[in-house]
Amino acid sequence: MSALVVVLVALVAVIVGLAAGYWLPPHGRRPAADRPQSGRRRILLPFTGQAISRRSFEAAVRLAKAENAVVLPAFLARVPMNLPLETALPVQSATAMPLLETIEQRLAAQGIPVESRIGRGRSARDALRRLLEAEHFDRIIVSADEDPRAGLDYDDLRWLLRRAPAEVLILRPAPEDTRRISAGAVGGHF
Amino acid sequence: MAAGVGKTYRMLLEGHAEQEAGRDVVIGLLETHGRAETAQLAGGLPVIPRRRVSYRQTELEEMDLPAILRRAPELCLIDELAHTNVPGVEHAKRYEDIEDVLANGIDVLSTVNVQHLESLNDHITELSGIRVRETIPDAILARADEVVLIDLNPEALLERLRAGKVYPPERIDAALNNFFRIENLAALREVALRQVAEEVGAKRLTTELVGSREESLAAAAPQAVGERLLALVEPYAGSQRLVRRAWRSAQRLGADLDLLWVRAPGQRLNEDQERSLAALRQLASLLGARMFELESDDVVTSVVELASERGTTYILLGRSRPAQGLARLRLPLPQRLMAQLPGVDVRIVADRSNRPNGERPNGERPNRDRPNGERS
Repeated sequence: MSALVVVLVALVAVIVGLAAGYWLPPHGRRPAADRPQSGRRRILLPFTGQAISRRSFEAAVRLAKAENAVVLPAFLARVPMNLPLETALPVQSATAMPLLETIEQRLAAQGIPVESRIGRGRSARDALRRLLEAEHFDRIIVSADEDPRAGLDYDDLRWLLRRAPAEVLILRPAPEDTRRISAGAVGGHF
Repeated sequence: MAAGVGKTYRMLLEGHAEQEAGRDVVIGLLETHGRAETAQLAGGLPVIPRRRVSYRQTELEEMDLPAILRRAPELCLIDELAHTNVPGVEHAKRYEDIEDVLANGIDVLSTVNVQHLESLNDHITELSGIRVRETIPDAILARADEVVLIDLNPEALLERLRAGKVYPPERIDAALNNFFRIENLAALREVALRQVAEEVGAKRLTTELVGSREESLAAAAPQAVGERLLALVEPYAGSQRLVRRAWRSAQRLGADLDLLWVRAPGQRLNEDQERSLAALRQLASLLGARMFELESDDVVTSVVELASERGTTYILLGRSRPAQGLARLRLPLPQRLMAQLPGVDVRIVADRSNRPNGERPNGERPNRDRPNGERS
């Protein structure tokens, strides 16, 4: 008799378990890859143009591997003064989105967790400032070889060193700075 | 589309056609911009003279709204819909004058360039670098019984400009160096074509139809009009890839993009999810996509309702995570969506970061198991 009760209880437990799997929304059981990254250090990799320095990228990869960090490539969108800050920017998107895709693919291929960001501002510095105000980053990696007409100029880099609430890694110009990662390297039909 | 394509000329042609059909047609306001052929075409149509208005010790000419209302023709031709009036007359804007004319039972033919539409103003400024100050609310255009696009390819328009058919000789060089660049004109043309297509589409959907056949046609209409993409997202990093892919597809199709996150009732987000959600919103805003956030436990119903309301033709989603328990017996989300939304394409977007050569960090499970919108 008691064996029958045990079997019945076990059966009920199995049915309840299966039913819970069916009915309950699976919010509590995310795949590991999507679990919170809260414990990880966060490395910001801002860019403005159609390509980024390969040295910046490689530095981000090295540091991310060493620190078990997540890399956040961030496109700094510049919104003209005569437009609302929240306006859609299809022209800039057309160059930034394939590059973000390329960077994400390359980082993921090296096993680095990645989360893209968009910063908006009246200038690249303003966009970066707003991004830094909105989120915490442990490190920021920028290259001094960025085209100052297109992105962060030397004044911006000085400002970054003085004001950024994070460790700032500025890569000094080097002969291999001609090596860049551009949107042309995007994989697949993006 | 732009100055010089022949809007006023076409308006006058239409006026003549209506006059020949026996209607009482007058010209309420005509801007010939010194173009001889336009002025010549206006011959034969009665003109209501402009009135003179004093403003800061200057005599200016404006459309005479009271005279038009007194004359009460059947059809009035009024050029330059987006014009801003001199202070001191009845209304600040010409489209407001036209509303009065219409309210008095007078039909109106008018002209406007696409860059004057309020909703397109920012977009065109970004495309061309030139801000157009005089705008009209989109609702004005939406109320028009008919919108006719005067299309001219950019090369032909530049030819007209160089030949002095658009502006007097002293303004040609400045125009060529500013607004009248081929890339601007091509962009304006594209925007104008899309805008008119959308207007036509919107009218087709809102036209009141009676009778069973017409009603069934109206019900089927959302599927027949243009393309509209809907991407199902969740606040996690991988969703951005899905949004970018969806945006790219939308660009290729010339379609609008909507994003939908179906949030479980009472669902609380952790810090990472909050950040991912903010990043998704920022991305949507940059791309010009509209993001919807609905609270429901029934993803399929929410998607179906929104897709029906928005006239969605494509749904994009990431790969669902493997079902567990009795959920294995249930059809996967894409199949349920296809069953509920016949005629809507459902596309599962691959995660390219998860290719075979892509080693995942720290033994984490690949992202392909993540649903986008799937709950059970």
